Amino acid sequence: MPEIRVTPLGAGQDVGRSCILVSIAGKNVMLDCGMHMGFNDDRRFPDFSYITRNGRLTDFLDCVIISHFHLDHCGALPYFSEMVGYDGPIYMTHPTQAICPILLEDYRKIAVDKKGEANFFTSQMIKDCMKKVVAVHLHQTVQVDDELEIKAYYAGHVLGAAMFQIKVGSESVVYTGDYNMTPDRHLGAAWIDKCRPNLLITESTYATTIRDSKRCRERDFLKKVHEAVERGGKVLIPVFALGRAQELCILLETFWERMNLKAPIYFSTGLTEKANHYYKLFITWTNQKIRKTFVQRNMFEFKHIKAFDRAFADNPGPMVVFATPGMLHAGQSLQIFRKWAGNEKNMVIMPGYCVQGTVGHKILSGQRKLEMEGRQVLEVKMQVEYMSFSAHADAKGIMQLVGQAEPESVLLVHGEAKKMEFLKQKIEQELRVSCYMPANGETVTLPTSPSIPVGVSLGLLKREMAQGLLPDAKKPRLLHGTLIMKDSNFRLVSSEQALKELGLAEHQLRFTCRVHLHDPRKEQETALRVYSHLKSVLKDHCVQHLPDGSVTVESILIQAAAHSEDPGTKVLLVSWTYQDEELGSYLTSLLKKGLPQAPS
Amino acid sequence: MELYCLSGHPTLPCNVLKFKSTTIMLDCGLDMTSTLNFLPLPLVQSPRLSNLPGWSLKDGSAFLDKELKECSGHVFVDSVPEFCLPETELIDLSTVDVILISNYHCMMALPYITEHTGFTGTVYATEPTVQIGRLLMEELVNFIERVPKAQSASLWKNKDIQRLLPSPLKDAVEVSTWRRCYTMQEVNSALSKIQLVGYSQKIELFGAVQVTPLSSGYALGSSNWIIQSHYEKVSYVSGSSLLTTHPQPMDQASLKNSDVLILTGLTQIPTANPDGMVGEFCSNLALTVRNGGNVLVPCYPSGVIYDLLECLYQYIDSAGLSNIPFYFISPVANSSLEFSQIFAEWLCHNKQTKVYLPEPPFPHAELIQTNKLKHYPSLHGDFSSDFRQPCVVFTGHPSLRFGDVVHFMELWGKSSLNTVIFTEPDFSYLEALAPYQPLAMKCIYCPIDTRLNFIQVSKLLKEVQPLHVVCPEQYTQPPPAQSHRMDLMIDCQPPAMSYRRAEVLALPFKRRYEKIEIMPELADALVPMEIKPGISLATVSAVLHTKDNKHVLQPPPRPAQPSGGKKRKRASEDIPDCKVLKPLLSGSIPVEQFVQTLEKHGFSDIKVEDTAKGHIVLLQEAETLIQIEEDSTHIICDNDEMLRVRLRDLVLKFLQKF
Repeated sequence: MPEIRVTPLGAGQDVGRSCILVSIAGKNVMLDCGMHMGFNDDRRFPDFSYITRNGRLTDFLDCVIISHFHLDHCGALPYFSEMVGYDGPIYMTHPTQAICPILLEDYRKIAVDKKGEANFFTSQMIKDCMKKVVAVHLHQTVQVDDELEIKAYYAGHVLGAAMFQIKVGSESVVYTGDYNMTPDRHLGAAWIDKCRPNLLITESTYATTIRDSKRCRERDFLKKVHEAVERGGKVLIPVFALGRAQELCILLETFWERMNLKAPIYFSTGLTEKANHYYKLFITWTNQKIRKTFVQRNMFEFKHIKAFDRAFADNPGPMVVFATPGMLHAGQSLQIFRKWAGNEKNMVIMPGYCVQGTVGHKILSGQRKLEMEGRQVLEVKMQVEYMSFSAHADAKGIMQLVGQAEPESVLLVHGEAKKMEFLKQKIEQELRVSCYMPANGETVTLPTSPSIPVGVSLGLLKREMAQGLLPDAKKPRLLHGTLIMKDSNFRLVSSEQALKELGLAEHQLRFTCRVHLHDPRKEQETALRVYSHLKSVLKDHCVQHLPDGSVTVESILIQAAAHSEDPGTKVLLVSWTYQDEELGSYLTSLLKKGLPQAPS
Repeated sequence: MELYCLSGHPTLPCNVLKFKSTTIMLDCGLDMTSTLNFLPLPLVQSPRLSNLPGWSLKDGSAFLDKELKECSGHVFVDSVPEFCLPETELIDLSTVDVILISNYHCMMALPYITEHTGFTGTVYATEPTVQIGRLLMEELVNFIERVPKAQSASLWKNKDIQRLLPSPLKDAVEVSTWRRCYTMQEVNSALSKIQLVGYSQKIELFGAVQVTPLSSGYALGSSNWIIQSHYEKVSYVSGSSLLTTHPQPMDQASLKNSDVLILTGLTQIPTANPDGMVGEFCSNLALTVRNGGNVLVPCYPSGVIYDLLECLYQYIDSAGLSNIPFYFISPVANSSLEFSQIFAEWLCHNKQTKVYLPEPPFPHAELIQTNKLKHYPSLHGDFSSDFRQPCVVFTGHPSLRFGDVVHFMELWGKSSLNTVIFTEPDFSYLEALAPYQPLAMKCIYCPIDTRLNFIQVSKLLKEVQPLHVVCPEQYTQPPPAQSHRMDLMIDCQPPAMSYRRAEVLALPFKRRYEKIEIMPELADALVPMEIKPGISLATVSAVLHTKDNKHVLQPPPRPAQPSGGKKRKRASEDIPDCKVLKPLLSGSIPVEQFVQTLEKHGFSDIKVEDTAKGHIVLLQEAETLIQIEEDSTHIICDNDEMLRVRLRDLVLKFLQKF
């Protein structure tokens, strides 16, 4: 029995280090290759020994697909391809291919230069890894090999984020990566056609949340930033360099413009300008409105937002700073946070999801005394605000996507077990679709029953189609033919053609039955009586009386002969071929009952 | 399968393909060479043009002198310029299901088709094709609408009068169907019917046909198309290039195994080498400027101009032209330059790599930043105050009949210091210049056409091996001006089928197979038997379901369980449906074994007689006779159904069913 097998190596009942193995029709595909922000040990990368204990990665995997450039989806890629060893193709979209190596290099620098980790991947490894990447267009059907094909759909999570359909013959799996079902200020909404996959693997970060309207959240955000700045406070917004940062920059830029505000807005890291440049060059990946107006005004050229210098953090007076990374787990955002945390006039706004173990997660869960390195305790007096701007689909959005794609079953990844449980029930009850949520290392097996494509000869098909047009729809029409199987070539042809192709002669099997009939009249008259009787009974059939005195019903021949001994009896010879057996046998039983009395 | 040929222009094709149950229009080219018969539309009143003498017939009758003007021995129509549309009468265009566009030059007739023929289908094109196509249309509409012309000549179109006119007017085809330019409103409505597609995207049409655009290497977003079903494949090649310019390279491999390859859009200047022409362009430009003259380059606002600017970017410093201003004047100049930078995914590998850095893929960004290249929507406004001479001006339209180029021709034509360099291959430069004669300025002809030449075509055809090639008739003979050049035509086996405007071609296609899906339940129930080594057969009796042009075979319904005597009786009385097919039989019956089998099943008193062709087996007791021959068996018995069925089953044991 063919089946689809799915094993998460990461992101199974968890957010972080997304990495999902899919086996479909004998092909093995790895979806994403991420790192975990919450760990600094072995657990930060997926456990590839799950594959390697049975052989080399390249032999096992037919391809690797990366959904978008966030490190929890691609952070383990150089480790996977260069250190564990994988030489097959890696597929991602063009913007992902452009941005991914920059974030990897950033990540490497923090790990090696700042934390002094040894045995980490090198810059050269990132370059070598990126050489194995094949860029894909949206909606392009990429033929990985003769049987396996993949296709990318717009996911709207970050620039270049895509969902992927993986297809072999009539079996298919869709992997959503991270996606957003509502368009925001810079990206459009995720979209997929009714592709009816056997399985939809969807993220479920916000499995239990139904978010209010985007407008309200934006107004709320602006109000909070405005209030803090008005009272002379400093506002820290930890972000990732690409993604939410651009959305919030557009938001603040237009607000500052409209309200004529003077407090400075800064954007940390040298990546800013570069990041904005990517948005300008890949503007076809942003939303409709930005694309339409980019010739007149490029939304990614900011007037009010300037580059941040470390020294600015100590400047007096209000300011707004966007700083990376987004979960306050390292780098500049954490430094600024430590500086500003003690003042209750200040404010930190977390615009996205924070992984367990990060400072971001701790302060969001209400912790106000943080133990820092060297036993230092940091007291957080500043205002802590959470604002969901991260571009994940909420429960409503996930249900919407499932409805769009119409999968046979759904599998949840990239979420917390408890929340998944809730969504699983919702999907099973409301959509009546079976739903799975495997933990890491746990395998889900789904039997599939793919239909078998064969070539049918047009002659045979047309013959049947013509019959199918008859008004009698209740009786199903049977198509009869012969399936010729030669190597992997399957053809369905008419039996006559099959015989001819194989050089075989037809063997005709014919039956002739003698039916005795009491009738003293002449043979010709008997035949005529038989004719009129059959004609009246078999209204739908072609009954003919031939000049030689015989009667035919379709291709069945009936002749009347005298009985050699009894002149009062006539013998009807009913003759038919094996192919007309039903009708022939019916006719003999009908005639055996005798003929109705002739009107004399 | 038929091909309806609606355009006679080989590089601006418009064909309709009927394939299975679909009607597919391939491209929508607009033949603009018709405008060469018209007087130019000057931006400002031109005393020279308005004082041209009217033309009169040989007999002196001058009733046409309002419509026709004479200039240096050529006659021009003094009217709003008109275009030669694709045929609209050959086929009912409202029956067209989809239109496939291959590049932005081949969609210029779209508004005429989508807005005025009852067309209700979908148009498919790539994003760069649509965006740049929109710019080309916008420019065209703008050029024509900003110089309203009161006069619309129609007298000359009268067939009896047209005969009397000098050539080329006399020979112009279908003049009665020539139309004025569309409006922006029509353009917007036409473009709204386009659905964007990406290379190698498989698009299903009604479940019957799949169409796929492939990179063709000629322009940003330019494509060839594959139109296929499961067993037939048509490739449509239109405007392809194997040269390394800015677009993504041509995808040749996917064209393999075509039953029919429709080949259009080859180079219009097969004897000119594009690289050499670019070199000549640069040197002539430098020469003129050094001598204090101005250079005019009539061009489209997108396409080759990007490559020319890139060449100049590398050339100007070494040629000492750094201080010469370059002007690009078009209502869509800014948009075209901006758009060129955002289609990273549609560019050649080198340019893609630049975007990854991230840097703009085209160096004209730097030319603009350093003020070496300036662009203006028209020569009114800012341009007039910035204008410095000597300079280089890129502007449209290449036909020299409308657009800002008309003004520069009038302005610079009188001085031999100036040069006009023709790079666009779509118009004969001599004809384009005719209404400006006599002309003192130098004219250089450097046509740059990167589309396939005949050597490349023959290599391509050898590579992809189509069964049949279909092409415009112009490609099956050498060009009229070079009739001895037998190398300037398509050479393939079997010879290419050619078409001309308003012809219907039956394509050499025999469809034999169609895809059908066998449901797994049915497949499990099939019993294959090996007939010859490697070949297995299985008889299939199944229910055929057809929906949306997809065929599925399902297991036959189980025969109704006979339950209860009454029902059974009725069942036996039911007249059987003679269309329930029984399998065919094959094989032969070995008499001795057959007799043994009969005996084993309780028949006695068996007698066998030899006949000329076989044997007769007599079952005397049962008064039954069985004739056995090589290819037939005939059972003759009394009306004893039980006996007949028993004998039948014994016979069938020796035969194979099909």
